[in-house]
Amino acid sequence: MIVASNLSKEFEGFLAVDQVNLNVRAGEVLGLLGPNGAGKTTTVRMLTSVLRPTRGWAKIAGYDVVKEAAQVRSIVGVLTEQHGLYGRMPAFDYMDFFGQLYRVEKTVRRQRINDLLSQFGLDPADKRRIGEYSKGMRQKLALARALIHDPPVLLLDEPTSAMDPESARLVRDAIHGLRTANRAIIICTHNLSEAEELSDQIAIIRKGRIIIQGAPEELKRIFLGPKEFEVQLGAHLNGNLPALPAQAVLTAQGPNWLRYQSEHPESVNPEILRRLLKLDLPVLSLKEVDRNLEQVYMEAINTPEEALLG
Amino acid sequence: MLSEIKPALIIAWREIRDQFRDWRIIFPIVILTIFFPGLMNFTARQAVEFVQRYGANLVATRFIPFLLMIVGFFPITVSLVIALESFAGETERRSIEPLLSSPLTDEQLYWGKLLASLVPPVMGSYLGIFVYLIGVYRSIGWQVEPLFLLQIVCLTTVQALVMVSGAVVVSTQTTSVRAANLLSSFIVIPMALLIQGESIVMFWGSLNTLWWIILGQIIAAGLLIRAGIAHFNREELLGRELDILNLRKSWLIFRNAFVGEARNVPEWLFKEVARSMRKLLIPIVLSTGLIGVGLWVGFDLADRLQIPAELLNLDKIQDMNAGLVTGLRGMGFISIPTAFQIWLHNLRVVALATLAGIISFGVLGLLVIMLPLAMLGFFAQTATTIGLNQWSFLAAFTLPHGLLEFPAMILTAAMIFRLGATMVTPAKEKSLSAAWLIALADWAKVFLTIIAPLFLLAAFIEVFITPQTIAFFLK
Repeated sequence: MIVASNLSKEFEGFLAVDQVNLNVRAGEVLGLLGPNGAGKTTTVRMLTSVLRPTRGWAKIAGYDVVKEAAQVRSIVGVLTEQHGLYGRMPAFDYMDFFGQLYRVEKTVRRQRINDLLSQFGLDPADKRRIGEYSKGMRQKLALARALIHDPPVLLLDEPTSAMDPESARLVRDAIHGLRTANRAIIICTHNLSEAEELSDQIAIIRKGRIIIQGAPEELKRIFLGPKEFEVQLGAHLNGNLPALPAQAVLTAQGPNWLRYQSEHPESVNPEILRRLLKLDLPVLSLKEVDRNLEQVYMEAINTPEEALLG
Repeated sequence: MLSEIKPALIIAWREIRDQFRDWRIIFPIVILTIFFPGLMNFTARQAVEFVQRYGANLVATRFIPFLLMIVGFFPITVSLVIALESFAGETERRSIEPLLSSPLTDEQLYWGKLLASLVPPVMGSYLGIFVYLIGVYRSIGWQVEPLFLLQIVCLTTVQALVMVSGAVVVSTQTTSVRAANLLSSFIVIPMALLIQGESIVMFWGSLNTLWWIILGQIIAAGLLIRAGIAHFNREELLGRELDILNLRKSWLIFRNAFVGEARNVPEWLFKEVARSMRKLLIPIVLSTGLIGVGLWVGFDLADRLQIPAELLNLDKIQDMNAGLVTGLRGMGFISIPTAFQIWLHNLRVVALATLAGIISFGVLGLLVIMLPLAMLGFFAQTATTIGLNQWSFLAAFTLPHGLLEFPAMILTAAMIFRLGATMVTPAKEKSLSAAWLIALADWAKVFLTIIAPLFLLAAFIEVFITPQTIAFFLK
């Protein structure tokens, strides 16, 4: 649904986006992560046919972002970084205005506006001027605007920024719902837990280049190694550590706990439990150690590019 | 067709409704459409009573229509503020991006903004005119001529259109309302001059001239709208964060266009200057035609504004001619410094015409170039009244140096034409300033290598050879 090949953008000698390759299928969510100024927004703007790529190409649902810009814009829903609402307009009128621009038929438009405002909890305030809205309400309205034409492609720049936890959950649930509706979605965010929760694929962009891309689990395996497990014991080890199976690597240990990594936990875990019990070491718990995307992100951002390419 | 126009109307309608939610716009419009016409009505009544005391009825007759024009003009000044804000304001508030990401075409967005800036002030203006007319009818019984009312309505509308189209161009090329306001003097000053000119025309009573003023403004508005759409650039609107005058970048663009790919002077002359000349083919054809038009205008004026025959006496002229060359030599005319003076004068004219062309899409510049031809045509045609052949006259007076000077003039006009056309031609993947700097570099190349040397040689011929041919011709 969203395909980009060697997509690049140069501004007066400054390479903002450098040879970005993307492939997001229908039903998939891609989380585009990166520090400020890494090129996320520029990439999104090229995918919405607002900026013209200097090199490379991109297609949205088969439409070329340069040659078929009008078609691209009509099938893409965009939540921009700065939501840019009209403060003097009531929310309903605002939605209606964009609905007209996207040529949504009147009865469908009215119904969809009511549904979206209701979905995001804005229906009680639909006659109020947007200038009176809180930051979170504005963000929700901007997201509702992006959905007014029921687009098959969604590009969301910071969809939950400035939202309270309850609203952010509401929006995340909405995005979950949108994914099942066979849409391709790209989310640019600094909220790594959100990206991990919502995305099927993660791409980390740094200085305009995508330095790593893949499923969250895959990235964790690449940057943090195989899955890690922790065993809590009911007694001290006292140097009585059992020999681990060949497929497990000890990563840390304490007086009454140990951690190891293994590519094959299905065979390794029972074997380790068996060996511990054989040494009369009571096992209180065995669990997988939580590893979040933040660790991956920090590793990726701080690893030299040559090492990443290697 | 309607489906193409509809999005522009949607944009316009939203903006107009938004304007009527803003008391800062409503308040001045109400003042200027209700209160101000009332004040003008009072002024008209007082003025008429005052001048009638001294029998100056003509002043009164001219004063009331003049105030009608002023009443129509004041509300449309609001359009300038709205139009300047149209794109720059949205860029500043960051609300432009959702619009640019929507399936609107550049033209739809542009026309939508233009209409939104135009309609409320123009409606206000019509209302003001109506209020004023009712007032003067009731107070002094003055009734407007329908044709004059039509003129005023047309004048007001095209004035608003010129201001709005100019302001929207400014608004698309700036990123902040502040910058747009600063640049608005490029609109305010010409408009102020125009209103003064219109006032003179109205007091003079030459109402037919108003139609020409209206036509001129329609052309100006057309060019401004064309320029605005041609250089409307979504990328520039979003990509440019600050209005910074980057002299270094401008210089690099100019230098790269000026030097081109040449590695030495001969290569530059034969490749780069030739390339710039090739771009001038169509402008040269058009300029040649315009110079011909200039000459024809001169002929026509000579027929219409004939110099009385008693003032033109061939014998007297021939008597004077006997000592022409000696006299000119005695005055120090036939000398090298004079040749340089003529050359510098011509260069000044080129500079002036170029400057005039830059601020008027080439129109004023071309007029400056056409003017000497019109004068020449006038004198040549006038010469026929004393039995001289106009073409022989032209040949004797202008041909020796004209062989070089005319091509230089045609090239100058062509360069001005191109500079003006750059403003209204879409520049693919280039900003307006970059396209214009490239055109300026072409101008500089042709000016330095061809125009200036031609004028220099022509000046020497004009000083040392032309007087001889004139003397020979008049003998």
